[in-house]
Amino acid sequence: MNTAANGWRDLPRGAAILKAGNAREYQTGDWRTERPVWNPEKCIHCLFCWVYCPDATIIVKDGKMVGIDYEHCKGCGICAAECPKRVTAIEMIKESEAAAAAKQGQGGGC
Amino acid sequence: MAKRVALTGNEAVALAMKQINPDVVAAYPITPQTDIVQYFASFVADGQVSSQFVRVESEHSAMSATIGASAAGARAMTATSSQGLALMHEMLHIASSYRLPIVMPVVNRALSGPINIHCDHSDTMNARDTGWLHLYCEDVQEAYDNTFIAMRIAEHPDLLLPVMVCYDGFIISHSLENLIIEDDEVVRKFVGEYKPDRYLLDAANPYTVGPLALYDYFFEHKRQQAEAMFGAKRVVAEVSEAYARATGRGYGFLAPYRMDDAEVAIVVIGSTAGTARTAVDQLRRDGIKAGLVKIRVFRPAPVEEIVAALNPLKAVAVMDRADSFAGFGGPLFSEVRSWLYGRTGVPMANFIYGLGGRDVVVKDVLAVYEHLGKLAAGKAGPEIVHYLGVRE
Ligand code: SF4
Ligand code: SF4
Repeated sequence: MNTAANGWRDLPRGAAILKAGNAREYQTGDWRTERPVWNPEKCIHCLFCWVYCPDATIIVKDGKMVGIDYEHCKGCGICAAECPKRVTAIEMIKESEAAAAAKQGQGGGC
Repeated sequence: MAKRVALTGNEAVALAMKQINPDVVAAYPITPQTDIVQYFASFVADGQVSSQFVRVESEHSAMSATIGASAAGARAMTATSSQGLALMHEMLHIASSYRLPIVMPVVNRALSGPINIHCDHSDTMNARDTGWLHLYCEDVQEAYDNTFIAMRIAEHPDLLLPVMVCYDGFIISHSLENLIIEDDEVVRKFVGEYKPDRYLLDAANPYTVGPLALYDYFFEHKRQQAEAMFGAKRVVAEVSEAYARATGRGYGFLAPYRMDDAEVAIVVIGSTAGTARTAVDQLRRDGIKAGLVKIRVFRPAPVEEIVAALNPLKAVAVMDRADSFAGFGGPLFSEVRSWLYGRTGVPMANFIYGLGGRDVVVKDVLAVYEHLGKLAAGKAGPEIVHYLGVRE
């Protein structure tokens, strides 16, 4: 619980959130038990993962897949399932193994 | 010029809605509310209002569409009865939580089962804790007047909460009564233009309505909502006074009748107040100091007003047109007794009556006063909750 949060008098009327685009601030990445690890060497930039990711956490630049936003990725594994089988550029690993994966320099942050 | 006409309750309320000319009306027909929707749809078809009429497939959708319209920034209304109100139930909480100033006439009808189409208050009493304001009407004039008053209360910048205007099915909704109707300019000026301080169609200022709030924020939002409802007392009083100035017809939280020197009194809601007044006059002719208190505003609760009106008395009966099935009496009785707690030691009785449209006549009300006489003299039995007019 956020103990430094506002009291009821300070909250906007009717539970409104007055600042737009604030979902970005809600970091859902720590819900994850598995993480997708992207291999740029194998990737053919078909962007299937970008289309299917329900959390808009596949980062695309100039029409190319460039990484995964781990602050928001919930680890559902859809990207890995949709990545073409002959390519398999995304693999799901246990979060506990993530540190090792990070050491190997895989998986773009944001 | 205001003029005197004869209209049914539903005709009068549909006329009030026409005069308000809301931006959006989303409604589904249900007996005995049906002709409000029917009349309003014809006003739309004939170009007499500029409202968008949304035909929906259920009352759940009617309330949802009204909520959507209101959040978008529209002045939005709907109307319903009984099962329709029950089907809206979860959305009623949404409307009040998001502080949407929706006005909804509710034509009181018994909730099934067995299926019934006639008046009792089980439908709106069932919606008691939805965070809506509840105004109850005794006659066609009051239903007409309360519709305008409700609109201005709901949209008051200090309040912004939804309001139900409740009146008895068939007894008021379908009875032709004389009433005074106001000129369009008078009521439009009274209701005023709706200028929301924020609304979803304001693309320049995007914001979120209806977010998730868990244990870290939910309670604060509900506390804030409760505070708004406490503040509603002042707004209801202020707007009702403004209506009296505009039209000459004033309404308080309560309508006490012959209470100045009363020794016993009945507390009642809705059209039965008229019947009870006749009973009071009859008793007064016989030298019995009988009085009557009609409740017009049920939420926010008129606690101080009831304490002032019922103190000091020798006995009080609360008449409930709804039951709470082995609660302690009907909902109105539980409330009034609780409002009076610690403020008076007056003995009280509860009479549950008129369920499913069972007629209540002067003779029935006289029986309640007769019981009050015994209660005041300490000669009544131990029973507190009674069923009035049911076959044994
Ligand atoms: S695991 Fe799920 S949330 Fe994360 S990037 Fe893949 S599809 Fe998106
Ligand atoms: S689906 Fe696989 S191959 Fe296609 S862009 Fe995503 S990671 Fe690359």
